[in-house]
Amino acid sequence: MKKRKIALIGNQNCGKTTLFNALTGSNQHIGNFPGVTIEQKKGYINNDKHYELIDLPGIYSLTPYTLDEIVSIQFLLEDKPDLIINIVDATHIERNLYLTLQLMELNIPIILVLNMMDEIKESETVIDIEKLENYLQLPVIPISASQKEGIDYIVKTIDQIIDKPVRHRDLAYGIMKRTIEMISSIIEKKVCQQHLPLRYCTMCMIENNQNMLQQLHISDSEQKQIKQITKEMEKKIQTDCDVAFIQMRYSIIENICQQCIFRKKETKGQFISDKLDSFFIHRYFGIPIFICIMLVIFYFTFSVLGQPLQDMMELFLQLLTQNIGHFLESYQVSNWLKCLICDGILAGLTSVLSFLPVIVILFFFLSLLEDSGYMARVAFIMDRALRNIGLSGKSIVPMLIGFGCSVPAIMATRTLSSPRDRKLTMILIPFMSCSAKLPIYGMIISAFFPQKAAVVMITIYCIGIFVAILSALLLKKTVFIGDSVPFLLELPTYRMPTFRNVFLNIYDKAKEFVHKAFTIILLSSVIVWFLQSFNFQLQMVEESSQSLLAYIGSFLTPVFRPLGFDDWRATTALITGITAKESVVSTLTVLTASINTTSFHNALIGIFTPLSSFSFLVFTLLYMPCIAAFTTMKKELNSWRQAIVIVLLQSTIAYIVAYVVFKLGSLLI
Amino acid sequence: MTLDHVKPNTVVEIIQVNGTGLLRRRLLEMGLIPYTQVKVRKVAPLGDPIEIFLHHYVLTLRKQDAAKIEVRERTVYEKKEDSFNWKSKLWENNFI
Repeated sequence: MKKRKIALIGNQNCGKTTLFNALTGSNQHIGNFPGVTIEQKKGYINNDKHYELIDLPGIYSLTPYTLDEIVSIQFLLEDKPDLIINIVDATHIERNLYLTLQLMELNIPIILVLNMMDEIKESETVIDIEKLENYLQLPVIPISASQKEGIDYIVKTIDQIIDKPVRHRDLAYGIMKRTIEMISSIIEKKVCQQHLPLRYCTMCMIENNQNMLQQLHISDSEQKQIKQITKEMEKKIQTDCDVAFIQMRYSIIENICQQCIFRKKETKGQFISDKLDSFFIHRYFGIPIFICIMLVIFYFTFSVLGQPLQDMMELFLQLLTQNIGHFLESYQVSNWLKCLICDGILAGLTSVLSFLPVIVILFFFLSLLEDSGYMARVAFIMDRALRNIGLSGKSIVPMLIGFGCSVPAIMATRTLSSPRDRKLTMILIPFMSCSAKLPIYGMIISAFFPQKAAVVMITIYCIGIFVAILSALLLKKTVFIGDSVPFLLELPTYRMPTFRNVFLNIYDKAKEFVHKAFTIILLSSVIVWFLQSFNFQLQMVEESSQSLLAYIGSFLTPVFRPLGFDDWRATTALITGITAKESVVSTLTVLTASINTTSFHNALIGIFTPLSSFSFLVFTLLYMPCIAAFTTMKKELNSWRQAIVIVLLQSTIAYIVAYVVFKLGSLLI
Repeated sequence: MTLDHVKPNTVVEIIQVNGTGLLRRRLLEMGLIPYTQVKVRKVAPLGDPIEIFLHHYVLTLRKQDAAKIEVRERTVYEKKEDSFNWKSKLWENNFI
């Protein structure tokens, strides 16, 4: 038996991910849809290699409007899945069925899965499944994905109906039906040649979809004919065809609901949601509550839970490094190899992997916010503020994650619907001071401003936000002209996040991060190690002050003179900071040959003045993000050129701001 | 009257959706079609997006987009059975 492709499709917030996880278990893999950076999750149903389930993005209709929809429709038309599992939120069935009606135009067998049936039962609503099946002539399966009820029936039904020829019921009526028939007869031949679904193509003709017109090679005279037919219809019903056909679908849905659904009262979830919303999106308290939630999350992530775990991880990796070092020594491995393994590879891995606990904890909280439905509320209350800088409310989430780590933040821009918003958000994310920069601030503050730690810290964070706003305004006026995409956002019912979904989400993110740590970051730390340990004669150096890196550092030093620091050690630290920001601290420690904190502080005082140390801080805050963030950006943009341009732009902004800070400072002091 | 001028906790009925192209299609596809009853529920803390209730779900949209939707006032959110009288009219017109 050959492999069957089964597409899982449904609206946003209808429990699609939960069903996907329930059907495939843990055997899923994540890739991208060809050519775009929209995540594609695949897995085998019940470990059966014959049934491959593909998770399509959550969409509301098949009109190619957002990237998600373009990808979905392309997949359905070109990859031709053998079956569609259409998951529908039974508590919002009116809107969900719209997509179902569009899917029925595609000539692919459909299983209609009604999710959230537990809530329906609770609210004493009755859905007549049999009648619904008869009306739509589709198999309808009531389930509750979160309670894992009814999942087996889906698998059984797949076995039954896969490979059977389909002819979906034509629900069109009246003059619209006649219009569809007339246009179908014009294009039928061409559609059949290309093995495309006739009804879908007809609807494309009516909607004047240019891509489809070209793909089918519709001649001018045929186009004229089609226009004539739609014009006549528009005249008769006195409305335009967009309204006519959408209204037709909705009135079919109303008809279905009238016959099959008997509502008694609103569901408990909706009732609770209303109550919670009067709190979370309150006129005055909404925004303060949001800020409090974020503060609590950050407090837990970066101090209460994150810090000790991060320290433990670091300790563990250091012990590992030491032991491997001893082991290698005992076998008398040559010195350079030992250095490569311990100082290059393992040191690089330590600096990156010690961030794993923080990333895991941060994503734990974020997936709680996402799965519970609170994120949509955040987008709603913050939209006005972000629109001023040319973004939409949805961008707030990736930007906030940016305070934790730029890498997951850049990954999170996938949720934004327009490429324009994504790019702009990606440029701004590194300005949100990430947690890896904290050690640098800690180092400078304890050496220069021990009494004013909090003030300096807050100033740094504010400078980051301020620069982000300023650059957004500037970019909005120059590169990213025009408004952000229309903002039409559903506020889903609040739901209890399921442990399984949260766990799988964290697992995915952690895997992606570790994968990156073992590839590009490993490579770059080996390169830095090489530069740090060898001189031009390719001999190993005893002191890093004679290394290639030190040479490059001193070569670049004059560039930073206007910013107030012209010590080659500072420049070198900035270069190693590109691999990972914390490296700035370790490099400075190594280069100053400090043995303890006091000698390090004294060495730092030799390198910087208080003012130049501050401009150094500002520069590290804003300049090029670390290699990990850079490669993520490249991956998300799918273009080296764009990623490099963004990074150069950020470094330029960093230089200018640090210069201004230093000049203003010298005037004041 | 357009939807952006409707006060919170008011029920209105959509008459017409203006605008062009994909945005208009999207508004229609989300269920903002003529004869639909919409309840405006809340305004965001900063004064823009508004929150509306229609087809048993909650949607938010910006005022600039809501301005494209013409509505007329309704005194109460009518029961479903009554609100679909318009449909019979539609069917009459189309089934000739």
